[in-house]
Amino acid sequence: MNIYVIMKRTFDTEEKIVIENGQISDEGVEFIINPYDEYAIEEAIRLRDDNGGEVTVVSIGDEEVEKELRTALAMGADKAVLINNEDIEDSDQFTTASLLAAYFEDKEYDLILGGNVSNDNSTGQVGPRLAEQLDIPYVTTITKFELDGEKVTIERDVEGDVEVIETSLPLLVTAQQGLNDPRYPSLPGIMKAKKKPLEEIDYDDLDIDEDEIEAKTETVEIFLPPKKEAGKILEGELDEQVQELVKLLRQEAKVI
Amino acid sequence: MDFRLDEDIEFLKSNIRKFVEEEVEKVAMQIEKEDRVPERIIQLSKEMGLFGLSIPEEYGGLGIGMVGKCALYEELGKTHNGFTTLIGAHTGIGTVGIVEMGNDEQKEKYLPAMAAGEKIGAFALTEPAAGSNASNLKTTAAKKGDKYILNGTKHYITNATEADVFTVMAVTDPSKGAKGITSFIVEKGFPGFHLGAVEEKMGLKGSHSAELIFEDCEVPEENVLGELGKGYVNALKILANGRAGLAARNLGSCQKLLDMSLAYVEDRVQFGVPIIEHQAVAHMVAEMAVEIEALRSFTYRVAWMVEEGKKVIKEAAMLKLYGSEVYNRVADKALQVHGGLGYISDYPIERFYRDARITRIYEGTSEIQKNIIAGQLRKEYNQ
Ligand SMILES: Cc1cc2nc3c(=O)[nH]c(=O)nc-3n(C[C@H](O)[C@H](O)[C@H](O)COP(=O)(O)OP(=O)(O)OC[C@H]3O[C@@H](n4cnc5c(N)ncnc54)[C@H](O)[C@@H]3O)c2cc1C
Repeated sequence: MNIYVIMKRTFDTEEKIVIENGQISDEGVEFIINPYDEYAIEEAIRLRDDNGGEVTVVSIGDEEVEKELRTALAMGADKAVLINNEDIEDSDQFTTASLLAAYFEDKEYDLILGGNVSNDNSTGQVGPRLAEQLDIPYVTTITKFELDGEKVTIERDVEGDVEVIETSLPLLVTAQQGLNDPRYPSLPGIMKAKKKPLEEIDYDDLDIDEDEIEAKTETVEIFLPPKKEAGKILEGELDEQVQELVKLLRQEAKVI
Repeated sequence: MDFRLDEDIEFLKSNIRKFVEEEVEKVAMQIEKEDRVPERIIQLSKEMGLFGLSIPEEYGGLGIGMVGKCALYEELGKTHNGFTTLIGAHTGIGTVGIVEMGNDEQKEKYLPAMAAGEKIGAFALTEPAAGSNASNLKTTAAKKGDKYILNGTKHYITNATEADVFTVMAVTDPSKGAKGITSFIVEKGFPGFHLGAVEEKMGLKGSHSAELIFEDCEVPEENVLGELGKGYVNALKILANGRAGLAARNLGSCQKLLDMSLAYVEDRVQFGVPIIEHQAVAHMVAEMAVEIEALRSFTYRVAWMVEEGKKVIKEAAMLKLYGSEVYNRVADKALQVHGGLGYISDYPIERFYRDARITRIYEGTSEIQKNIIAGQLRKEYNQ
């Protein structure tokens, strides 16, 4: 089975967001594999172990992503591919999906896994966009994946409910929390990962034109959510408090 | 001179950090209350290969040098010391004897299972009458056919309750004093091997120290570890080898205490300002940081000396002494800057404070380290 995982390097979930000159600063920030992509990697490794084949993890970014790719190799993936996009100035989810589509053009794949969303931009677009471009079926927010010959049975999370879907390969799925419990890479596995292949591709090497993949969206402004203000405690008789509350909800909070 | 760690080691370190933060820290209070490391943590540690930290690659271990090991121990030191001791006593004194002094058959027989954590290791030197005076052993090993018959009692043996494989020092020739001691590899299943009382302790919860009783315990001849009569020297070598690792664990604990203290003194307001703005508090934090930095440099220098194959008797003793004393001073200051909260058991400071205390005692007390250092200094002077 040829299994691919698309993976993004993101800020550690614990990091505080700092805005400098209108941009999110990444100074001193710890990076991780996007947690949802970690579920995808884990699932891919388990499927490979059960069914044979190969797991290739693909990421788009700069050289720094090698660290996260190596982590995926240390977890048990067989190969890693880095598509270097440093020279692309204007990029969004459309750009990312298009680069990936160009990469997959001449590949044989049975299954592509990704995260449901990334923990930074959280658009959840790259997986579905890629599947559309490759013209293969896709299922998002999956919490269970079962393969029986060609038949695939999937459980997906729909706002807290479970939907069961039957489909077949080739297929793209995106992982939701609960799909599995990702393993920690073993220390010997980390040392061995050094010897596994990590291919670096420049986006120029893909059959693609920069104009064709130019971002479709524009970021107008980046700002932090307003600081939470201290709560107000109302005093007095109960009916006075109710009157005061209604007044505040109308005039200050403007919610009624 | 280059103070950077290899990229590989940094990478291993960041993976241990993640494991420690996401898994071990979450159950630290539970370990403390239940005096037990949860099975899940043990299982994950096995899967990660933590038990093979000091075992060569050919026997299924990680196969890294002392500098790398110290970097990993430093990360492990940041979390619950009982957990760290369980791992550390196995990867340190519990396996080093077989790695360093074992023959090929012994290594093949024991190390792969020990690297996988399927068999846990322990080191048994101390006896009721032989603490600091470690060569005053009463446990005897008499040759009988192709076996040695062990009789005697060891106490305070870390990992005794969990361990399957013990490095045991016993007297094979009472007429020769320290030169009549031999090391043995003893399995818990050998006839005549009994586990005695498990001690209640001040700290290091989750790590257990207990008594071993040998009652005509039969040990096959092929389980003699190293040469006959070299047991005491072996024990000293095993302990010396462990010293950089122990210091690195102490270093990690110190760093954790400093990090917690910094966060607290910036946050806690008294007299209208964060308490770090009171100079007495600021100075305590500064003093902690200086000692930690000195300990860090010293730890990695000794680790480097070990890697270079240099003789480190004096330096290892200095490091054992310094690392333990710094840990105790840092724990004391961390508790002080936390005020009452530092003394409350729902918060980890008092746990580190109690756990720090043992480091001045086990693997050779601070006083014994000073004896070793002074002895080495005299030797150098008189040469
Ligand atoms: C939690 C724990 C875990 C342990 N784990 C192990 C283990 O895994 N394996 C193992 O073999 N042992 C282990 N030990 C034993 C430990 O190494 C000894 O307790 C230690 O070496 C001190 O010996 P002692 O307790 O007999 O104290 P003593 O030797 O009786 O010392 C008492 C005091 O006298 C001082 N003193 C003694 N002689 C001198 C001297 N010549 N000069 C100056 N001062 C001196 C000591 O420094 C100390 O302050 C452990 C102990 C504990 C508490």
